[in-house]
Amino acid sequence: MAFHTRALLGACAVAALCVPATAETLTIATVNNGDMIRMQGLTQDFTDKTGHDVEWVTLEENVLRQRVTQDIAAKGGQFDIMTIGMYETPIWGKQDWLVALDDLPASYDTDDILPAMRGGLSLDGKLYAAPFYGESSMIMYRTDLMEKAGLEMPDAPTWEFVADAARKMTDKDNEIYGICLRGKAGWGENMAFLTATGNAFGARWFDMDWKPQFDSPQWKETLSFYIDLLNEAGPPGASTNGFNENLSLFQQGKCGMWIDATVAASFVTNPADSTVADKVGFALAPDTGLGKRGNWLWAWALAIPAGTQKEAAAKQFIEWATSKEYLELVASKEGWANVPPGTRTSLYENPEYAKVPFAKMTLDSINSADPTNPTVDPVPYIGVQFVAIPEFAGIATQVGQEFSAALAGQQTVDEALAKAQTLTAEEMEAAGY
Amino acid sequence: MARAVTNRRKALNTLVAWSVGLLIFFPILWTILTSFKTEAQAINDPPLFLFFDWTLENYAVVQERSDYMRFLWNSVIIAGGSTVIGIIIAVPAAWSMAFVPSKRTKDILLWMLSTKMLPAVGVLYPIYLLFIELGLLDTRIGLTIVLMLINLPIIVWMLYTYFKEIPGEILEAARMDGAALKEEILYILTPMAVPGIASTLLLNIILAWNEAFWTLNLTAAKAAPLTAFIASYSSPEGLFYAKLSAASTMAIAPILILGWFSQKQLVRGLTFGAVK
Repeated sequence: MAFHTRALLGACAVAALCVPATAETLTIATVNNGDMIRMQGLTQDFTDKTGHDVEWVTLEENVLRQRVTQDIAAKGGQFDIMTIGMYETPIWGKQDWLVALDDLPASYDTDDILPAMRGGLSLDGKLYAAPFYGESSMIMYRTDLMEKAGLEMPDAPTWEFVADAARKMTDKDNEIYGICLRGKAGWGENMAFLTATGNAFGARWFDMDWKPQFDSPQWKETLSFYIDLLNEAGPPGASTNGFNENLSLFQQGKCGMWIDATVAASFVTNPADSTVADKVGFALAPDTGLGKRGNWLWAWALAIPAGTQKEAAAKQFIEWATSKEYLELVASKEGWANVPPGTRTSLYENPEYAKVPFAKMTLDSINSADPTNPTVDPVPYIGVQFVAIPEFAGIATQVGQEFSAALAGQQTVDEALAKAQTLTAEEMEAAGY
Repeated sequence: MARAVTNRRKALNTLVAWSVGLLIFFPILWTILTSFKTEAQAINDPPLFLFFDWTLENYAVVQERSDYMRFLWNSVIIAGGSTVIGIIIAVPAAWSMAFVPSKRTKDILLWMLSTKMLPAVGVLYPIYLLFIELGLLDTRIGLTIVLMLINLPIIVWMLYTYFKEIPGEILEAARMDGAALKEEILYILTPMAVPGIASTLLLNIILAWNEAFWTLNLTAAKAAPLTAFIASYSSPEGLFYAKLSAASTMAIAPILILGWFSQKQLVRGLTFGAVK
């Protein structure tokens, strides 16, 4: 009898651990990206395991940023989990707006998260957001056009090689342009690309005294090189092209090379949408021999706003969505190529995932980006394609407009840089730097 | 004397009217056509007009991913509710301004309209904080109130314009026959102004249905209407035009059908008082 009682008590204790005291409904704000949509489709697995329901609020990236920033700053409590990026995480962590994820169980294996991702999503050693998928940037190129141009793409090319190849691949009569790059104004658009490219040319946003550096010869070289290259070997209207416009051009076979987010690799190699799916090669973003490559580092990560009433359930969701088991779940349903990339070391040690054509180059690109030491000369900030200070988004969007106007031929490189220098200096002074 | 219009001139007028109409309708037509294309066809260069493999795939994906009926129901309640409450408040207000004007009536009308001159984002933060305090965030009642207040100046102005066209003597006659204020407004004024009220109603439903600033900023999961449904199909990384077009078509379909069936009332109301 005593045995039965003990067994019953034991069973109750196990059941209490497995099933939450109260089933919660979590509201999660996220972006409309393929990996996020896939997660929404698999939510039932989480509900089955924990009993918690999930309500999704899917928004366009810029709207999402505005909504979650507004809500967290005003303590609106609309969301239990927010999808945020590497830019917001350290800033919000510093403001105590986020719940630290420093008590995740050992089975979650926090040490398995790629060091670059973990570093970018932490502040003072504390993880504030768990990466759901990570990306860097790399070159995607047409192997057939490269061969036709009589060139062979090295794994780690220089900008000199890339520019030469772009000019040789260009055949404007047949609407083939050697290189497609971001030109649309915005801190996450052309300025993400140009800030990362500037790193390779030895440029930097600020010196150690937070003085803007757009009057430096390195920035002049960066911007002149970019504009000359796009004018000679880029598509028409490049100043309005962002990720999706270039993706569309590449998929239709109109770009010889495209330097952009590693996540694009799965789109351009998908035969359902891409006319050049079987003719795509990958290489690291170019350098100029100064020791830094022009590849960025980004993660879409899940974070819990401080003050949520459902912190325990929210942590359970983050554990589920960013776990090794989730990667296996996606692989079992949709194949390894559709697993969210760039977050865990163990994924890249998996022999099945190693067969995915862009897996190695994605990992190499992520590993070669260093957000804590992004530039040739020392800088006081963290971030490869951004500067992790609250003022950056506003300033970089304005600078991006000046650079985009220069690309469109509305002003010279010198004029654009002079305006960028003035407006950045004014904004930084007003912000108390 | 009626002016003679030649057949040639008639044909020319018809041609111009159709051209302008088609030009205005073209973006909607293009959205509808794109919704039946694959993502690859949607970005094809040169663009494909009619000759492509029509597919319902995007509608299937949208149906599977989103609870369309929940968004639709929220839109119906928010747009309908804000308009009806707005009309209930605006009819007496417009009556008093049209038939019992004071020295300040014109100033009041202008002041009401001036509230539309401030960009909405200017008051976003105060309203957001108020909504937090009052527990109105992500509620249909909260959005209904905000949209009603936003459209109220337009409703009052439109009704005021229509009421001004009604001879005051008719109301005076009703009063002499013993009609109280309530009866005067309900049984004399309102029936006479039905075309005007109907067009005001329709126009404000359309405005509230399409409102995409407050509906995106003050909702999350529960009260989100069709504008939020559309916004969820725009993607920063990946092709989305065909699915976005399908979502847009589903979102505008109810209001397009309503507008189609009520175009007679709409035109009658908008031209009300133009011919005496």
